[in-house]
Amino acid sequence: MLDFSLVVDYLPFMIEATWVTLKISILSTAVGLILGLVIALLKISTIPVFVHIANFYLWIIRGTPMLVQLFLIYYGLPQIGIELTPMTAAVVALGINAAAYIAEIYRGGIMSISQGQIEAAESLGMGYVLRMRKIVLPQALRVSVPSLGNQAIMMLKDSSLASLVTVSELLMVSQRYAASNYAFIEFYVVAAAFYLLLTTIFTFILNRVEKRLSVGEV
Amino acid sequence: MDTDRQYSDVMVEMIDVHKRFGDLEVIKGIDLTIQTGEVVSVIGSSGSGKSTLLRCINHLEKITSGKIIVDKIPLDDNKANIAHIKREVGMVFQQFNLFPHMTALENITVAPIHVLKRPKKQVEEEAAMLLKKVGLEEKKNDYPKTLSGGQQQRVAIARALAMHPKVMLFDEPTSALDPELVGEVLQVIRKVAEEGMTMVVVTHEMNFAKEVADRVIFMANGRIEEQGIAKEVLLNPQSDKLRAFLGHSSS
Repeated sequence: MLDFSLVVDYLPFMIEATWVTLKISILSTAVGLILGLVIALLKISTIPVFVHIANFYLWIIRGTPMLVQLFLIYYGLPQIGIELTPMTAAVVALGINAAAYIAEIYRGGIMSISQGQIEAAESLGMGYVLRMRKIVLPQALRVSVPSLGNQAIMMLKDSSLASLVTVSELLMVSQRYAASNYAFIEFYVVAAAFYLLLTTIFTFILNRVEKRLSVGEV
Repeated sequence: MDTDRQYSDVMVEMIDVHKRFGDLEVIKGIDLTIQTGEVVSVIGSSGSGKSTLLRCINHLEKITSGKIIVDKIPLDDNKANIAHIKREVGMVFQQFNLFPHMTALENITVAPIHVLKRPKKQVEEEAAMLLKKVGLEEKKNDYPKTLSGGQQQRVAIARALAMHPKVMLFDEPTSALDPELVGEVLQVIRKVAEEGMTMVVVTHEMNFAKEVADRVIFMANGRIEEQGIAKEVLLNPQSDKLRAFLGHSSS
Protein backbone atom coordinates (compact mmCIF):
# COMPACT_ATOMS: atom_id res chain seq x y z
CA MET A 1 0.00 0.00 0.00
CA LEU A 2 1.00 3.60 -0.48
CA ASP A 3 2.09 5.34 2.66
CA PHE A 4 2.80 9.02 2.23
CA SER A 5 3.41 9.50 5.95
CA LEU A 6 6.81 7.96 5.25
CA VAL A 7 7.77 11.05 3.31
CA VAL A 8 6.98 13.40 6.18
CA ASP A 9 10.15 12.49 8.08
CA TYR A 10 12.20 13.34 5.03
CA LEU A 11 10.44 16.58 4.15
CA PRO A 12 13.11 18.90 5.60
CA PHE A 13 15.72 17.20 3.41
CA MET A 14 13.49 17.37 0.39
CA ILE A 15 12.79 21.04 0.97
CA GLU A 16 16.51 21.66 1.23
CA ALA A 17 17.02 19.77 -2.02
CA THR A 18 14.27 21.83 -3.66
CA TRP A 19 16.21 24.92 -2.64
CA VAL A 20 19.30 23.49 -4.36
CA THR A 21 17.22 22.86 -7.49
CA LEU A 22 15.97 26.42 -7.41
CA LYS A 23 19.50 27.73 -6.96
CA ILE A 24 20.83 25.78 -9.94
CA SER A 25 17.91 26.96 -12.07
CA ILE A 26 18.22 30.62 -11.20
CA LEU A 27 22.00 30.77 -11.50
CA SER A 28 22.12 28.86 -14.79
CA THR A 29 19.27 30.96 -16.20
CA ALA A 30 21.26 34.07 -15.27
CA VAL A 31 24.34 32.68 -17.05
CA GLY A 32 22.15 31.82 -20.03
CA LEU A 33 20.54 35.25 -20.20
CA ILE A 34 23.88 37.09 -20.17
CA LEU A 35 25.85 34.71 -22.38
CA GLY A 36 22.84 34.40 -24.69
CA LEU A 37 22.78 38.16 -25.19
CA VAL A 38 26.46 38.17 -26.11
CA ILE A 39 25.93 35.36 -28.64
CA ALA A 40 22.86 37.11 -30.09
CA LEU A 41 24.77 40.38 -30.51
CA LEU A 42 27.66 38.54 -32.16
CA LYS A 43 25.27 36.78 -34.50
CA ILE A 44 23.50 39.97 -35.66
CA SER A 45 26.72 41.95 -35.99
CA THR A 46 28.00 42.93 -39.41
CA ILE A 47 31.50 41.67 -38.67
CA PRO A 48 31.93 38.23 -40.28
CA VAL A 49 34.33 36.86 -37.63
CA PHE A 50 31.76 37.56 -34.89
CA VAL A 51 29.00 35.89 -36.87
CA HIS A 52 31.21 32.83 -37.40
CA ILE A 53 31.97 32.60 -33.69
CA ALA A 54 28.27 32.76 -32.84
CA ASN A 55 27.35 30.18 -35.48
CA PHE A 56 30.09 27.84 -34.27
CA TYR A 57 28.82 28.11 -30.70
CA LEU A 58 25.24 27.41 -31.74
CA TRP A 59 26.32 24.52 -33.92
CA ILE A 60 28.27 22.78 -31.14
CA ILE A 61 25.88 23.44 -28.26
CA ARG A 62 22.64 22.67 -30.05
CA GLY A 63 24.14 19.74 -31.89
CA THR A 64 25.31 17.75 -28.86
CA PRO A 65 23.39 16.35 -25.86
CA MET A 66 23.40 18.50 -22.75
CA LEU A 67 24.44 15.49 -20.69
CA VAL A 68 27.59 15.05 -22.77
CA GLN A 69 28.40 18.73 -22.23
CA LEU A 70 27.82 18.35 -18.50
CA PHE A 71 30.05 15.28 -18.25
CA LEU A 72 32.79 16.97 -20.26
CA ILE A 73 32.73 19.93 -17.89
CA TYR A 74 32.52 17.94 -14.65
CA TYR A 75 34.53 14.81 -15.43
CA GLY A 76 36.56 16.05 -18.42
CA LEU A 77 37.93 19.40 -17.29
CA PRO A 78 39.83 18.01 -14.24
CA GLN A 79 41.97 16.08 -16.74
CA ILE A 80 43.36 19.40 -17.96
CA GLY A 81 43.62 20.81 -14.47
CA ILE A 82 40.29 22.61 -14.15
CA GLU A 83 38.30 21.27 -11.23
CA LEU A 84 34.82 22.56 -10.61
CA THR A 85 32.50 21.72 -7.74
CA PRO A 86 29.46 19.68 -8.83
CA MET A 87 27.24 22.71 -8.30
CA THR A 88 29.45 25.03 -10.39
CA ALA A 89 29.80 22.44 -13.13
CA ALA A 90 26.02 22.04 -13.30
CA VAL A 91 25.39 25.80 -13.40
CA VAL A 92 28.05 26.32 -16.07
CA ALA A 93 26.87 23.43 -18.25
CA LEU A 94 23.19 24.32 -18.02
CA GLY A 95 23.96 28.01 -18.55
CA ILE A 96 26.15 27.42 -21.59
CA ASN A 97 23.52 25.16 -23.05
CA ALA A 98 20.64 27.53 -22.41
CA ALA A 99 22.62 30.45 -23.85
CA ALA A 100 22.38 28.88 -27.30
CA TYR A 101 18.60 28.74 -27.18
CA ILE A 102 18.24 32.09 -25.43
CA ALA A 103 20.47 33.72 -28.07
CA GLU A 104 18.02 32.63 -30.73
CA ILE A 105 15.10 33.97 -28.71
CA TYR A 106 16.80 37.35 -28.34
CA ARG A 107 17.71 37.38 -32.02
CA GLY A 108 14.10 36.78 -32.98
CA GLY A 109 13.09 39.65 -30.72
CA ILE A 110 15.73 41.98 -32.14
CA MET A 111 14.78 41.11 -35.73
CA SER A 112 11.15 41.92 -34.96
CA ILE A 113 11.99 45.57 -34.28
CA SER A 114 11.10 47.59 -37.36
CA GLN A 115 13.75 49.32 -39.45
CA GLY A 116 11.86 52.57 -38.79
CA GLN A 117 12.76 52.38 -35.09
CA ILE A 118 16.43 52.05 -35.92
CA GLU A 119 16.28 54.87 -38.47
CA ALA A 120 14.52 57.13 -35.99
CA ALA A 121 17.21 56.43 -33.39
CA GLU A 122 19.95 56.97 -35.97
CA SER A 123 18.46 60.26 -37.11
CA LEU A 124 18.56 61.43 -33.49
CA GLY A 125 22.29 60.84 -33.49
CA MET A 126 22.27 57.65 -31.47
CA GLY A 127 25.22 55.36 -32.10
CA TYR A 128 25.09 51.57 -32.11
CA VAL A 129 25.47 51.02 -28.37
CA LEU A 130 22.93 53.65 -27.36
CA ARG A 131 20.49 52.45 -30.01
CA MET A 132 20.74 48.90 -28.73
CA ARG A 133 20.53 49.86 -25.07
CA LYS A 134 17.68 52.36 -25.24
CA ILE A 135 15.62 51.43 -28.28
CA VAL A 136 16.19 47.94 -29.64
CA LEU A 137 16.86 45.75 -26.61
CA PRO A 138 14.05 47.06 -24.37
CA GLN A 139 11.57 46.36 -27.14
CA ALA A 140 13.19 43.07 -28.13
CA LEU A 141 13.16 41.90 -24.54
CA ARG A 142 9.47 42.63 -24.27
CA VAL A 143 8.80 40.49 -27.33
CA SER A 144 11.07 37.76 -25.97
CA VAL A 145 9.64 37.43 -22.48
CA PRO A 146 7.11 34.66 -23.20
CA SER A 147 9.76 32.50 -24.89
CA LEU A 148 12.33 33.29 -22.21
CA GLY A 149 9.83 32.23 -19.56
CA ASN A 150 9.30 28.99 -21.37
CA GLN A 151 13.06 28.47 -21.43
CA ALA A 152 13.34 29.21 -17.70
CA ILE A 153 10.73 26.57 -16.93
CA MET A 154 12.56 24.07 -19.10
CA MET A 155 15.76 24.82 -17.23
CA LEU A 156 14.06 24.25 -13.92
CA LYS A 157 13.25 20.76 -15.08
CA ASP A 158 16.63 20.23 -16.77
CA SER A 159 18.31 21.06 -13.47
CA SER A 160 17.52 17.45 -12.48
CA LEU A 161 20.41 16.44 -14.74
CA ALA A 162 22.70 17.83 -12.06
CA SER A 163 21.93 14.71 -10.03
CA LEU A 164 24.17 12.86 -12.49
CA VAL A 165 27.19 14.86 -11.35
CA THR A 166 26.41 14.24 -7.67
CA VAL A 167 24.60 17.49 -6.85
CA SER A 168 22.13 16.79 -4.03
CA GLU A 169 19.19 18.39 -5.76
CA LEU A 170 15.56 17.37 -5.59
CA LEU A 171 15.64 14.35 -7.89
CA MET A 172 18.86 12.94 -6.44
CA VAL A 173 17.58 13.17 -2.87
CA SER A 174 14.19 11.71 -3.77
CA GLN A 175 15.88 8.84 -5.56
CA ARG A 176 18.00 8.10 -2.53
CA TYR A 177 15.07 7.98 -0.08
CA ALA A 178 12.76 6.23 -2.51
CA ALA A 179 15.23 3.39 -2.86
CA SER A 180 16.11 3.08 0.80
CA ASN A 181 12.43 3.01 1.83
CA TYR A 182 11.24 1.08 -1.18
CA ALA A 183 8.61 3.82 -1.62
CA PHE A 184 9.11 4.98 -5.19
CA ILE A 185 5.64 6.28 -5.89
CA GLU A 186 5.50 8.25 -2.64
CA PHE A 187 8.83 10.03 -3.01
CA TYR A 188 8.60 10.64 -6.76
CA VAL A 189 5.05 11.98 -6.49
CA VAL A 190 6.19 14.40 -3.79
CA ALA A 191 9.23 15.34 -5.87
CA ALA A 192 6.97 15.98 -8.86
CA ALA A 193 4.74 18.11 -6.65
CA PHE A 194 7.72 20.22 -5.60
CA TYR A 195 8.77 20.69 -9.24
CA LEU A 196 5.20 21.64 -10.08
CA LEU A 197 5.14 24.13 -7.25
CA LEU A 198 8.32 25.77 -8.52
CA THR A 199 7.17 25.94 -12.14
CA THR A 200 3.83 27.37 -11.00
CA ILE A 201 5.58 30.10 -9.04
CA PHE A 202 7.84 30.78 -12.04
CA THR A 203 4.84 31.06 -14.34
CA PHE A 204 3.11 33.43 -11.97
CA ILE A 205 6.15 35.69 -11.71
CA LEU A 206 6.64 35.62 -15.48
CA ASN A 207 3.08 36.69 -16.11
CA ARG A 208 3.62 39.62 -13.82
CA VAL A 209 6.85 40.57 -15.57
CA GLU A 210 5.15 40.29 -18.95
CA LYS A 211 2.36 42.58 -17.87
CA ARG A 212 4.82 45.05 -16.43
CA LEU A 213 6.90 45.15 -19.61
CA SER A 214 3.91 45.56 -21.88
CA VAL A 215 3.48 49.28 -21.20
CA GLY A 216 2.81 51.14 -24.40
CA GLU A 217 2.59 47.92 -26.34
CA VAL A 218 1.32 48.28 -29.86
CA MET B 1 6.95 87.62 -48.63
CA ASP B 2 9.20 84.61 -48.51
CA THR B 3 10.71 85.21 -51.87
CA ASP B 4 12.80 88.20 -50.86
CA ARG B 5 14.09 86.68 -47.63
CA GLN B 6 17.82 87.27 -47.25
CA TYR B 7 19.97 84.16 -46.92
CA SER B 8 23.29 84.43 -45.21
CA ASP B 9 24.72 81.02 -45.83
CA VAL B 10 24.54 77.71 -47.57
CA MET B 11 23.18 74.97 -45.29
CA VAL B 12 23.03 71.98 -47.58
CA GLU B 13 24.92 71.51 -50.80
CA MET B 14 24.57 68.53 -53.12
CA ILE B 15 26.90 68.17 -56.06
CA ASP B 16 26.21 65.63 -58.79
CA VAL B 17 24.68 63.15 -56.35
CA HIS B 18 23.92 59.68 -57.62
CA LYS B 19 22.32 56.82 -55.72
CA ARG B 20 21.75 53.32 -56.99
CA PHE B 21 20.21 50.28 -55.37
CA GLY B 22 21.81 47.38 -57.20
CA ASP B 23 21.05 47.92 -60.88
CA LEU B 24 18.45 50.55 -60.22
CA GLU B 25 19.64 54.14 -60.30
CA VAL B 26 17.21 56.15 -58.18
CA ILE B 27 19.04 59.48 -58.08
CA LYS B 28 20.64 60.39 -61.36
CA GLY B 29 22.89 63.37 -60.73
CA ILE B 30 21.39 66.04 -58.56
CA ASP B 31 22.86 69.47 -57.86
CA LEU B 32 21.06 71.36 -55.15
CA THR B 33 21.91 74.22 -52.83
CA ILE B 34 19.74 74.98 -49.84
CA GLN B 35 20.28 78.26 -48.00
CA THR B 36 20.09 78.69 -44.27
CA GLY B 37 16.49 79.46 -43.35
CA GLU B 38 15.11 78.31 -46.65
CA VAL B 39 12.04 76.07 -46.81
CA VAL B 40 12.23 73.73 -49.78
CA SER B 41 9.39 71.48 -50.79
CA VAL B 42 10.14 68.43 -52.90
CA ILE B 43 7.28 67.07 -54.96
CA GLY B 44 6.99 64.35 -57.54
CA SER B 45 5.24 61.06 -58.10
CA SER B 46 6.20 57.98 -56.12
CA GLY B 47 9.38 56.41 -57.41
CA SER B 48 10.73 59.76 -58.55
CA GLY B 49 13.51 59.52 -55.94
CA LYS B 50 12.34 62.37 -53.70
CA SER B 51 12.36 60.37 -50.44
CA THR B 52 15.71 58.81 -51.29
CA LEU B 53 17.15 62.26 -51.94
CA LEU B 54 15.96 63.39 -48.53
CA ARG B 55 17.35 60.30 -46.80
CA CYS B 56 20.77 60.89 -48.36
CA ILE B 57 21.06 64.23 -46.55
CA ASN B 58 21.29 62.56 -43.13
CA HIS B 59 23.06 59.46 -44.33
CA LEU B 60 20.14 57.06 -43.92
CA GLU B 61 21.12 56.24 -47.49
CA LYS B 62 24.74 56.31 -48.51
CA ILE B 63 25.22 58.03 -51.85
CA THR B 64 26.87 56.11 -54.66
CA SER B 65 28.78 59.10 -56.03
CA GLY B 66 28.82 62.86 -55.77
CA LYS B 67 29.19 65.12 -52.80
CA ILE B 68 26.97 66.32 -49.97
CA ILE B 69 28.01 69.12 -47.62
CA VAL B 70 25.88 69.98 -44.62
CA ASP B 71 26.68 73.10 -42.60
CA LYS B 72 30.17 73.17 -44.17
CA ILE B 73 30.89 69.59 -43.11
CA PRO B 74 31.38 67.06 -45.91
CA LEU B 75 29.24 63.93 -45.55
CA ASP B 76 32.05 61.55 -46.40
CA ASP B 77 33.31 58.32 -44.89
CA ASN B 78 34.63 60.09 -41.81
CA LYS B 79 32.61 58.68 -38.92
CA ALA B 80 32.94 61.81 -36.81
CA ASN B 81 31.56 63.90 -39.68
CA ILE B 82 28.64 61.52 -40.16
CA ALA B 83 27.83 61.55 -36.45
CA HIS B 84 28.07 65.33 -36.36
CA ILE B 85 25.73 65.75 -39.31
CA LYS B 86 23.21 63.27 -37.89
CA ARG B 87 23.03 65.38 -34.74
CA GLU B 88 22.48 68.55 -36.75
CA VAL B 89 19.85 67.16 -39.09
CA GLY B 90 16.41 66.34 -37.69
CA MET B 91 14.12 63.94 -39.44
CA VAL B 92 10.38 63.36 -39.35
CA PHE B 93 9.14 60.14 -40.91
CA GLN B 94 5.97 59.22 -42.73
CA GLN B 95 5.27 56.47 -40.17
CA PHE B 96 6.21 58.70 -37.19
CA ASN B 97 8.49 55.99 -35.75
CA LEU B 98 7.97 57.02 -32.15
CA PHE B 99 9.51 54.66 -29.62
CA PRO B 100 6.51 52.63 -28.37
CA HIS B 101 8.03 51.75 -25.01
CA MET B 102 8.53 55.38 -24.03
CA THR B 103 6.08 58.11 -23.09
CA ALA B 104 5.72 61.19 -25.27
CA LEU B 105 8.08 63.04 -22.94
CA GLU B 106 10.66 60.24 -22.89
CA ASN B 107 10.56 60.06 -26.68
CA ILE B 108 11.61 63.69 -26.75
CA THR B 109 14.20 63.60 -23.97
CA VAL B 110 16.05 60.37 -24.70
CA ALA B 111 18.38 61.77 -27.37
CA PRO B 112 19.22 65.14 -25.77
CA ILE B 113 20.03 63.35 -22.50
CA HIS B 114 22.05 60.47 -23.91
CA VAL B 115 23.45 61.86 -27.16
CA LEU B 116 24.03 65.48 -26.21
CA LYS B 117 24.60 64.60 -22.52
CA ARG B 118 22.53 67.52 -21.36
CA PRO B 119 21.17 67.63 -17.80
CA LYS B 120 17.96 65.64 -17.44
CA LYS B 121 15.97 68.26 -15.63
CA GLN B 122 16.75 70.98 -18.13
CA VAL B 123 15.92 68.68 -21.05
CA GLU B 124 12.61 67.68 -19.47
CA GLU B 125 11.59 71.28 -18.96
CA GLU B 126 12.42 72.05 -22.53
CA ALA B 127 10.55 68.94 -23.73
CA ALA B 128 7.47 70.09 -21.84
CA MET B 129 7.72 73.41 -23.66
CA LEU B 130 8.08 71.66 -27.00
CA LEU B 131 5.00 69.57 -26.23
CA LYS B 132 3.16 72.78 -25.48
CA LYS B 133 4.34 74.19 -28.77
CA VAL B 134 2.85 71.25 -30.67
CA GLY B 135 -0.31 71.46 -28.57
CA LEU B 136 0.18 68.27 -26.56
CA GLU B 137 1.30 69.44 -23.15
CA GLU B 138 -1.31 67.28 -21.43
CA LYS B 139 -0.10 64.15 -23.23
CA LYS B 140 3.42 64.07 -21.87
CA ASN B 141 2.96 60.86 -19.91
CA ASP B 142 0.99 59.06 -22.62
CA TYR B 143 2.42 56.21 -24.66
CA PRO B 144 2.37 56.48 -28.47
CA LYS B 145 -0.26 53.79 -28.94
CA THR B 146 -2.80 55.87 -27.05
CA LEU B 147 -2.23 58.86 -29.34
CA SER B 148 -3.82 59.51 -32.71
CA GLY B 149 -1.64 59.55 -35.81
CA GLY B 150 -1.68 63.34 -35.87
CA GLN B 151 -0.66 63.52 -32.22
CA GLN B 152 2.10 60.97 -32.76
CA GLN B 153 3.48 62.96 -35.66
CA ARG B 154 3.43 66.15 -33.59
CA VAL B 155 5.38 64.39 -30.83
CA ALA B 156 7.81 63.18 -33.51
CA ILE B 157 8.32 66.77 -34.65
CA ALA B 158 8.94 67.86 -31.05
CA ARG B 159 11.39 64.97 -30.66
CA ALA B 160 13.39 66.14 -33.67
CA LEU B 161 13.31 69.78 -32.52
CA ALA B 162 14.66 68.83 -29.09
CA MET B 163 18.04 68.15 -30.68
CA HIS B 164 18.17 71.78 -31.85
CA PRO B 165 18.78 70.73 -35.44
CA LYS B 166 20.06 73.15 -38.04
CA VAL B 167 18.02 71.46 -40.74
CA MET B 168 14.74 69.55 -40.51
CA LEU B 169 13.83 66.91 -43.06
CA PHE B 170 10.20 65.86 -43.43
CA ASP B 171 9.53 62.68 -45.38
CA GLU B 172 5.87 62.81 -46.41
CA PRO B 173 4.88 63.78 -42.88
CA THR B 174 1.13 63.67 -43.51
CA SER B 175 0.82 60.78 -45.97
CA ALA B 176 0.01 58.17 -43.32
CA LEU B 177 -2.62 60.32 -41.63
CA ASP B 178 -6.39 60.28 -41.85
CA PRO B 179 -7.48 63.37 -43.82
CA GLU B 180 -8.97 65.10 -40.79
CA LEU B 181 -5.63 64.91 -38.94
CA VAL B 182 -3.49 66.40 -41.71
CA GLY B 183 -4.28 69.99 -40.81
CA GLU B 184 -3.01 69.89 -37.24
CA VAL B 185 0.35 68.48 -38.36
CA LEU B 186 0.77 70.94 -41.22
CA GLN B 187 0.03 73.76 -38.82
CA VAL B 188 2.91 72.68 -36.58
CA ILE B 189 5.25 72.33 -39.54
CA ARG B 190 4.26 75.79 -40.71
CA LYS B 191 5.01 77.17 -37.25
CA VAL B 192 8.48 75.63 -37.34
CA ALA B 193 9.06 77.11 -40.79
CA GLU B 194 8.00 80.56 -39.63
CA GLU B 195 10.58 80.42 -36.87
CA GLY B 196 13.27 80.38 -39.50
CA MET B 197 14.19 76.68 -39.53
CA THR B 198 15.88 75.39 -42.65
CA MET B 199 13.58 72.69 -43.94
CA VAL B 200 13.23 70.18 -46.73
CA VAL B 201 9.72 68.81 -46.97
CA VAL B 202 8.81 65.93 -49.24
CA THR B 203 5.07 66.26 -49.61
CA HIS B 204 1.97 65.61 -51.64
CA GLU B 205 0.21 68.61 -50.11
CA MET B 206 0.38 71.12 -52.93
CA ASN B 207 -1.40 73.86 -51.02
CA PHE B 208 1.05 73.48 -48.18
CA ALA B 209 3.97 73.66 -50.60
CA LYS B 210 2.47 76.74 -52.21
CA GLU B 211 1.92 78.57 -48.94
CA VAL B 212 4.88 77.56 -46.80
CA ALA B 213 7.75 76.69 -49.12
CA ASP B 214 10.10 79.30 -50.52
CA ARG B 215 11.07 77.00 -53.30
CA VAL B 216 9.52 73.94 -54.88
CA ILE B 217 11.55 71.22 -56.49
CA PHE B 218 9.79 68.86 -58.83
CA MET B 219 11.51 65.53 -59.25
CA ALA B 220 10.87 63.02 -61.97
CA ASN B 221 12.78 59.88 -62.72
CA GLY B 222 15.69 60.63 -60.35
CA ARG B 223 16.30 64.16 -61.65
CA ILE B 224 15.19 67.65 -60.80
CA GLU B 225 12.77 68.34 -63.62
CA GLU B 226 11.77 71.83 -62.62
CA GLN B 227 12.29 74.17 -59.69
CA GLY B 228 11.70 77.71 -58.62
CA ILE B 229 9.70 80.00 -56.36
CA ALA B 230 6.88 77.90 -54.98
CA LYS B 231 3.91 79.86 -56.27
CA GLU B 232 5.37 80.36 -59.72
CA VAL B 233 6.27 76.73 -60.22
CA LEU B 234 2.96 75.43 -58.98
CA LEU B 235 0.73 77.99 -60.67
CA ASN B 236 2.66 78.23 -63.89
CA PRO B 237 4.44 74.91 -64.53
CA GLN B 238 6.76 74.88 -67.53
CA SER B 239 7.40 71.21 -68.19
CA ASP B 240 4.83 68.73 -69.48
CA LYS B 241 5.71 66.30 -66.70
CA LEU B 242 4.96 68.80 -63.96
CA ARG B 243 1.77 69.89 -65.70
CA ALA B 244 0.66 66.28 -65.87
CA PHE B 245 1.66 65.69 -62.23
CA LEU B 246 -0.19 68.75 -60.96
CA GLY B 247 -3.20 67.88 -63.06
CA HIS B 248 -3.41 64.51 -61.32
CA SER B 249 -2.72 65.59 -57.79
CA SER B 250 -4.97 68.65 -57.69
CA SER B 251 -8.02 66.73 -58.83
